[in-house]
Amino acid sequence: MLFKQKIISPLTVMLAGCLLWLAPVSAAPDMSSNIIRLATTTSTENSGLLKYLLPRFTETTGYKVHVIAVGTGKALRMGRDGDVDVVLVHAPAAEKKFVNEGYGEKRYPVMYNDFVIIGPANDPAGISKASNATEAMQRIANQSALFVSRGDDSGTHKKEKGLWSNTQLEPKGSWYREAGQGMGKVIQIASELGGYTLADRGTWIAYQNKTSLQLLFQGDPVLHNPYGVIAVSPKRYPDANYTGAQALIDWMTSKSGQSLISDYKIAGFQLFTPSANAPGAMATGK
Amino acid sequence: MDRLLTATQQALALLFNGDAELWKIIGISFQVSSLAILIALVPALLTAFLLSYARFPGRRLLISVFNTLLSVPAVVVGLTFYLLLSRQGPIGDLRLLFTQTAMVIGQIALCFPILVAMGHAAFQSADKRAWETARTLGAGPVYALLTVMREVRFGLLAALLAAYGRIIAEVGASMMLGGNILSYTRNIPTAIALETSKGEFAQGIALGIVLLILAFSLNASLHYFQGKGHFVT
Repeated sequence: MLFKQKIISPLTVMLAGCLLWLAPVSAAPDMSSNIIRLATTTSTENSGLLKYLLPRFTETTGYKVHVIAVGTGKALRMGRDGDVDVVLVHAPAAEKKFVNEGYGEKRYPVMYNDFVIIGPANDPAGISKASNATEAMQRIANQSALFVSRGDDSGTHKKEKGLWSNTQLEPKGSWYREAGQGMGKVIQIASELGGYTLADRGTWIAYQNKTSLQLLFQGDPVLHNPYGVIAVSPKRYPDANYTGAQALIDWMTSKSGQSLISDYKIAGFQLFTPSANAPGAMATGK
Repeated sequence: MDRLLTATQQALALLFNGDAELWKIIGISFQVSSLAILIALVPALLTAFLLSYARFPGRRLLISVFNTLLSVPAVVVGLTFYLLLSRQGPIGDLRLLFTQTAMVIGQIALCFPILVAMGHAAFQSADKRAWETARTLGAGPVYALLTVMREVRFGLLAALLAAYGRIIAEVGASMMLGGNILSYTRNIPTAIALETSKGEFAQGIALGIVLLILAFSLNASLHYFQGKGHFVT
């Protein structure tokens, strides 16, 4: 019996201590309605925008937002599967489909920025002399200059594929590398390898001091990059936190939410331009 | 080299100045992994014991299965439970995806085979007579089991440490099942992955230091106990 007591008592004390400490985890998962699950793109997270916005939203409304940052394709997929309550993404065509198929309630425009093509400072393909985005991509392909693609079905990847299809060229070969990673990571990869890539301006500004790359091409209207926010349809998923999702949408598109977005700057550069109240902007449903 | 040095300096500053976000991440890691191992420990060791001492059809097959599960990558475990826990999956109604509970489930699945396989090896190494003697002397099965466990305590401790080491440092399943949500499911490995992709190396290094210290203390304590041969007595 002696040995039994010796083993059990310190162990029991340790276990009891552990259980007390672990209690918050073992509690039932947070299904309470003050938590909103937001699936969004890596660009809104990597650029630091959400970290700046969401604490203020929580302060105003009491809702807590759980951010899951993935590519736009994956984010919409999570909304489609009912695994999140609201999506903040940037791929207008895919967003329209999402709403039309009844997975989302309505698409609200929130903000925009634009895509830029970045690459090594010596610009081996000479894209800074291109007159439009299509020509810039053609120059890269013709020179077989290294290009790092997101390759993850994100909004940026969808845009890039659109640009390639405008060139009538098939991006193939050892110069074309599909990374399958978020925007920040791809900028790093392009920087390490000395390649070109397409980036959203927000993430680029957040990263420009950490890379050796340069902004080489910008300004073509085709590079416009609008972001939309969509609540997952309560008709399809009645237990989704629709009230919370709508509160987040209302706040982001409100005057104060919009002015916070335009105030968000890194090194003096504004990353996103609010667009909820821009002329012609309106929520689009079915 | 310069960048590495500055980042390391910043990392140490973060650690020692008690950066709240950093310590929250560390706390989540330990909470989730400790809970997972606590839940897995007893059933896994019982399984290991039965595999060593009981004789039943399919025993060898089961041993092979657990040894195979040892080498299943964490991302595959993550994917499997993602599909099970997603709203579209068979137990999606529980809405567990992207919660700490989902991470605990994934980590249990990861550490269970290690505990069973290494526990089985430990029990195998014990002298079978320990069990028989205890039983002959009138010990009940529970007491006899404790006697055998005491015989092989270092092997079991090694299993425990290996299992804990695997799940606390595992990124694939945690990322998929937890979703890397700040202050909720962001643990040390997913935070390192994220901070590296953001080019914020200081926090990544700080967390890496924590993992290294942990690995070192686990191994050192194992050696200490083995060397002295006095774990509890």
